[in-house]
Amino acid sequence: MNLKATAASSTSDGTSDSSAPRRNSKKPKYSRFTQQELPACKPILTPGWVISTFAVVGIIFIPIGLASLFASQRVVEIVDRYDIDCIPETLRNDKLAFIQSRETNKTCTRSLTVPMDMKSPIYVYYELDNFYQNHRRYVKSRNDKQLQSKKNENETSSCDPEANASNGLPIVPCGLIAWSLFNDTYRFSLSSKVLEVNKKNIAWKSDQGHKFGDDVYPKNFQSGGLIGGAKLNASKPLSEQEDLIVWMRTAALPTFRKLWGKIEVDLEANEQITVVIQNNYNTYSFGGKKKLVLSTTSWIGGKNDFLGVAYLTVGGLCLFLAISFILLYFARPRPLGDPSFLSWNSDPAGHMN
Amino acid sequence: MAHHRPLLDPSPRTPPSDPSPFPFSHTTTSIMTTPPSTQNYASAPPTSSASLPYSSSSRRAASGRSKPQSGRVTIGGSDSSGHASANLGNSASGFSIESLGPGVGPGISSSTRRRYGSRGAESDGYGSSQREISDEDARLVYINEPVRTNEKFEFAGNSIRTSKYSVLTFIPRNLFEQFHRVAYIYFLIIAILNQLPQLAVFGRTASILPLAFVLLVTAVKDAYEDWRRHRSDRIENNRMASILSDGQFTAKRWKDIRVGEILKIEADQTLPCDMVLLSTSDPTGVAYIQTINLDGESNLKTRYAKQETLSRMPEKEGMNGLIRCERPNRNIYGFMANMDIEGKRVSLGPSNIVLRGCELKNTKWAVGVVVYAGRDTKVMLNSSGAPSKRSRLETRMNYEIILLSVFLITLCTVVAMLHGIWLRTHLDELNFTLFYRKKDYSGDEEENYKYYGIGMEVFFAFLMSVIVFQIMIPISLYISMELVRLGQAYFMIRDAHLYDEASNLRFQCRALNINEDLGQVKYVFSDKTGTLTENKMEFQCASVRGVDYSGEKDGSNGERDGSSVVVDGQVWKPKMKVKTDPMLLRLLRSGTEMEEGKHARDFFLALAACNTIVPIIVETPDPMQKLIDYQGESPDEQALAYAAAAYGFVLVERTSGHIVIDVQGDRQRFNVLGMHEFDSDRKRMSVIVGCPDKTVKVFVKGADSSMFGVIDRSLNSDIIRGTEGHLHAYSSMGLRTLVVGMRELSTSEFEQWQSAYEKANSALMGRAGLLRAVAVGVERNLSILGASGIEDKLQQGVPEAIESLRQAGIKVWVLTGDKQETAISIGYSCKLLTNDMTQIVININSRESCKKSLEDAKAMSKKITAISAAAQNSEGGAGSGRVPLALIIDGTSLVYILETEFEEELFELATACSVVLCCRVAPLQKAGIVALIKNRTEDMTLAIGDGANDVSMIQMADVGIGISGQEGRQAVMASDFAMGQFRFLVPLLLVHGHWNYHRMGYMILYNFYRNAVFVFILFWYVLYTAFSLTTAITEWSSVLYSVIYTSLPTIIVGILDKDLSRRTLLKYPQLYGAGHRKECYNPKLFWLTMIDTVWQSLVIFYIPFFAYKHSTISGSSIGDLWTLAVVILVNIHLAMDVIRWTWITHAVIWGSIVATFICVIVIDVIPDLPGYWAIFEIASTGLFWACLLAILVMAMVPRFVIKVFNQYVRPGDIQIAREAEKFGNSRENSGVEIEMNPIPTPPRETTQ
Repeated sequence: MNLKATAASSTSDGTSDSSAPRRNSKKPKYSRFTQQELPACKPILTPGWVISTFAVVGIIFIPIGLASLFASQRVVEIVDRYDIDCIPETLRNDKLAFIQSRETNKTCTRSLTVPMDMKSPIYVYYELDNFYQNHRRYVKSRNDKQLQSKKNENETSSCDPEANASNGLPIVPCGLIAWSLFNDTYRFSLSSKVLEVNKKNIAWKSDQGHKFGDDVYPKNFQSGGLIGGAKLNASKPLSEQEDLIVWMRTAALPTFRKLWGKIEVDLEANEQITVVIQNNYNTYSFGGKKKLVLSTTSWIGGKNDFLGVAYLTVGGLCLFLAISFILLYFARPRPLGDPSFLSWNSDPAGHMN
Repeated sequence: MAHHRPLLDPSPRTPPSDPSPFPFSHTTTSIMTTPPSTQNYASAPPTSSASLPYSSSSRRAASGRSKPQSGRVTIGGSDSSGHASANLGNSASGFSIESLGPGVGPGISSSTRRRYGSRGAESDGYGSSQREISDEDARLVYINEPVRTNEKFEFAGNSIRTSKYSVLTFIPRNLFEQFHRVAYIYFLIIAILNQLPQLAVFGRTASILPLAFVLLVTAVKDAYEDWRRHRSDRIENNRMASILSDGQFTAKRWKDIRVGEILKIEADQTLPCDMVLLSTSDPTGVAYIQTINLDGESNLKTRYAKQETLSRMPEKEGMNGLIRCERPNRNIYGFMANMDIEGKRVSLGPSNIVLRGCELKNTKWAVGVVVYAGRDTKVMLNSSGAPSKRSRLETRMNYEIILLSVFLITLCTVVAMLHGIWLRTHLDELNFTLFYRKKDYSGDEEENYKYYGIGMEVFFAFLMSVIVFQIMIPISLYISMELVRLGQAYFMIRDAHLYDEASNLRFQCRALNINEDLGQVKYVFSDKTGTLTENKMEFQCASVRGVDYSGEKDGSNGERDGSSVVVDGQVWKPKMKVKTDPMLLRLLRSGTEMEEGKHARDFFLALAACNTIVPIIVETPDPMQKLIDYQGESPDEQALAYAAAAYGFVLVERTSGHIVIDVQGDRQRFNVLGMHEFDSDRKRMSVIVGCPDKTVKVFVKGADSSMFGVIDRSLNSDIIRGTEGHLHAYSSMGLRTLVVGMRELSTSEFEQWQSAYEKANSALMGRAGLLRAVAVGVERNLSILGASGIEDKLQQGVPEAIESLRQAGIKVWVLTGDKQETAISIGYSCKLLTNDMTQIVININSRESCKKSLEDAKAMSKKITAISAAAQNSEGGAGSGRVPLALIIDGTSLVYILETEFEEELFELATACSVVLCCRVAPLQKAGIVALIKNRTEDMTLAIGDGANDVSMIQMADVGIGISGQEGRQAVMASDFAMGQFRFLVPLLLVHGHWNYHRMGYMILYNFYRNAVFVFILFWYVLYTAFSLTTAITEWSSVLYSVIYTSLPTIIVGILDKDLSRRTLLKYPQLYGAGHRKECYNPKLFWLTMIDTVWQSLVIFYIPFFAYKHSTISGSSIGDLWTLAVVILVNIHLAMDVIRWTWITHAVIWGSIVATFICVIVIDVIPDLPGYWAIFEIASTGLFWACLLAILVMAMVPRFVIKVFNQYVRPGDIQIAREAEKFGNSRENSGVEIEMNPIPTPPRETTQ
């Protein structure tokens, strides 16, 4: 654009530039930059490079794959789906009525067998299936400012439809996410001895420290006609409501686990754990599953063979490609950079394609 | 003898009546002088003429002819085409046509180019000004009464503003201009959509950010440019000029000059406005001006003050009068006005006005009255920007953009439909589900909470998905492309290989949006004179009275001194030295007795006298020595004048009434009694001089074809035959030839001529026609003096350049105004034609023969192709036995072919030939030939030329290149690129064009890929969010993705990456074929890229998806993983395709990745955002890094494998050349030498 401008102005201004007969040379000053001759590395994919790239990738990937597969195999995981089993068989025709009724006894006892030795800490998760915690309407229904400090209590924008209680006062914490807080509880016992579950430090330290204020106390929470989930202890600041903090870290996928607590004793194989579940949470209205998960952990997280398999596959593929290319280079040798292969030098009949 | 001043307007007594004269005979013929095709072209389709500034006037001329009674023509009416808005005066029309018709006259063609002071033009202006300029249409200027002048209409002051904005108007105007781009409108619509509460996908700030960013960048750029313009305006406006006020000239700033004021200009000053000359220091009222700022011509032109005003001294006696002139218009060659002074009405024409930007030369002072000032001046009206063209690649790209829009709409429709289905299947639960509440129970009444029914929800989902997936349409690509082109232009301008030492000119990029077209040029249309040749005429040889004096090549050194003249003890030397022939010198000095010597002297006297050259005496450092610089409009005349000087006939002085010639030391004064200037109808000029020996002689020079008709053949048939032979020999050597003749007029003949001449000169109507009749009457029965051969030297490196272009598969066509022999010989000398070519010459002058010869030619070309094909087959396909064809066609033939049904045949024939040479073509025919190819093929055309006659062709072609040479800046002003030498075409096309094409093609594909891969990731995720358009990637990352995370590397690679070095590209011109084969950007590549895009997006999305399937992963954490994965992947992808890694490339690619990490971290340390601290939580796990590594490798493997496989098994030429560049040294040492095949074999179809 500016080039255009100078061209136009040189005709119009006619100042000293073009008319004066000075012989200032406009010859561009030589520099490697302006002449586009900066020193440069011009890598070319020679057979050597190609084969060694594939080989190196294969050699790196296969051990990683094996390591993660091994780690995944060592993780011991107990998964117990209880959403149906915890409803008395007679009432299973109308699960919704069962869960919504205040009268029904929602206590339910499950017995789990430890398949292998489990080293502490053993993480206790609940897993919800088909619960779209990532639904746009749901994800947006919160107010991070309100959670942070007491002075923002009235900030309930974007919290609809759980912004204000029926008396018009703001709900703290507002929004659908907090309203739908998971409220099943578990009590574990091992051969009639209570198994302690540590419910401290299950949330992110950063969330406890900065996101959820220690001067913000629940107000007007679950006071409406429609109860979504757990009630909160109004005397505890939000920064100590770890279940809420965990819940408010909305999950990425429709099926997710949330940490409920940690069992800090080792369990041995074939031990029987009895779990008394308060089956309060309504996942029946949308056909969601509820699972209780006890799991040890490893460097790749929970029990998941996918990554190990993926690494092994890619590693194997790369080794295979390395060998294929070795064969190709032997089968069709071509000197690199031979001008006789240029299309105008090679005779028309002998086209490579 | 009465003092005669033929250059003055001899008829001041113009009766201002006669409302509808029709002095068009001249106009008509002046159009006719270009081959008759001009008329055909005048009615050319709008495509070919709308963009040509001249064609509209020629069309008007045509219509003017058909409607002679339309005496009154609206002047200054606005013209939507924007060109030549008011040059309706027939003088203007005829004039501009004439100015377009140089190359027609073979010899002194250039002298016709622009003849401001020429008689013909003046008589035209005279004729047309007879028509009343009605007061409503006219601008009334009261001389020396600026107040009265400006009373009624406030005429523009002289302050100019090239700047677009002021401080106040900048924001609204700049925004208005920016939103002219479709891309920004798209941005705006998306941003507005996002402001609707139902659709607010992104936060308000985030959604406006990209638009604000590009607007800001562009605004800053515009502001900077405008600031520079402001600065130059300020300098310009504050220059000083002297203005008459209160009886004396006082200094005044330029910006304060007003219309109607009287202005005095001293020698070497620049004109601040357009003014009508009143008087000059020359008693005859002549002023010499240089128009280099106006049209770039460096020679001097003459302007005249009217006789009525020239003797008056306005500062002493005051001056009153009224000038009635046409409204401001942009025709710099036309001016129509009349002046009422002392009760008389005087007509004013283009020769009476001096335009802003001109410089007064060789005249002590000039006084004039301001008629146009400031923005009304012709130069300001003409300073329009470069033409805007759109590159081929961009046009192609727009198809793919449409495809991407289809993808986008498909994705959005899919999401919207699925959303609707999901809603329907969950309809019963929507009220009570924990994550989707249809109703709001908090109030007393239960209301729907943001729920509008399935239909509306689907519709909203569609619009929301448009917002979420908006970057599928790579808007940032348009901005990146602009920046890349700017960078490419920077390197082209700075390229030392494109710098012309001789003219001290760098390469110029005037159009910034067609850089990449340079890489795909298939046809080059070149002008000859000044483009292939230097247009520096040099006198080479002469034939005097049938004897050839060609000079000996060896003995020339000693004779180069040239002659000199001693005036007042000072030595005056001609500025240019000419090689002289010793024989001829001896003959000249041999004394007066010999007949041959007398003729030789007459010959050189004719050369010295019969021209319009003005000798200018230039000081040298040595006070005793001065140089004589011959200034004139025709380089041929200059060459002849220098030649005459070298042989001792030094033209030392020219006034309007006489010339002084130093004849071998003896200063002689010749009275110029009359001059019949060149016109392209007669194709000769003559001058009638009164010699010191009281004889009156007429000297004539002109093209051979016209001269042999007026030579008395009975007198000297031997000489004529000899001269004809020499002429043939000269033109076969590529020389431009002229024939010179003379006749001595008897007293009665002279008187007869003089009375006719005076009568014609004072005629009111058809003066030009009458004058021509007078000229024809006197130019007859000439005795032949001789002929001259002038060489127009080939520019340096032209044959090599043409050879390179041909090897690159580019067809070079030469379009010239020269005659056939000259054209062919130049063709040979620049290696365009070779001896193994079969020439097809089409040279016809009737419709019937045209058809026949075209058919013959086609049959012949088929036969030859068949023979060569057979030969090729019998040889078993080894080598190419094709016989190349050369088509030579002349302008007259083209008249019968272009725009008729034969066009198609010519096209087929011409494309079958490897060389096409068109001679004697008119400017508009040049455009017609370009259009012939451009309209019928997809191939890119490039036109290169240097003169005004090439303007139409340059504008017609896809790429127009102007050579800034001897013939002014007209071509440059119309061009897209300008440079100094023809040979620069080779580095420009083969090197820069190749690079630009490669870079731009790759960049477009990469940008498509880069944006689409991101959109697909978003899309896959939407499938797992109940189609509710949640994005795991934060909105800020979505917005910054194409602005910060990934933009810089592609721009830098687009500017800096080079697939091959300059050396290799010049060594193997065939590599240019990559652009012809569209190797860097084609639909196949697009679809491959899109498939790769889908694969990569699947890998990026699903590896984390499966790895974190049953885990506690939060949306923000996995979003950060996806963000980083996609940014690193697209940068690695780019890194894999980068060919040259300089430190800048390294910095920018790895820097982008680092910048992304930093941005993600910054976003995640803001506690207000839901993703607080997510990156730290996830990055502290091993799984995160394992996923990242797996994504990168898995996503790249297919592309890498295909790339390696293709490069090894099916290497393209570029790949082999790259390898050769790297490993070639050892090979060259081993002595394997591959012979370059000079004849291009048809390029391989594609590398499949």
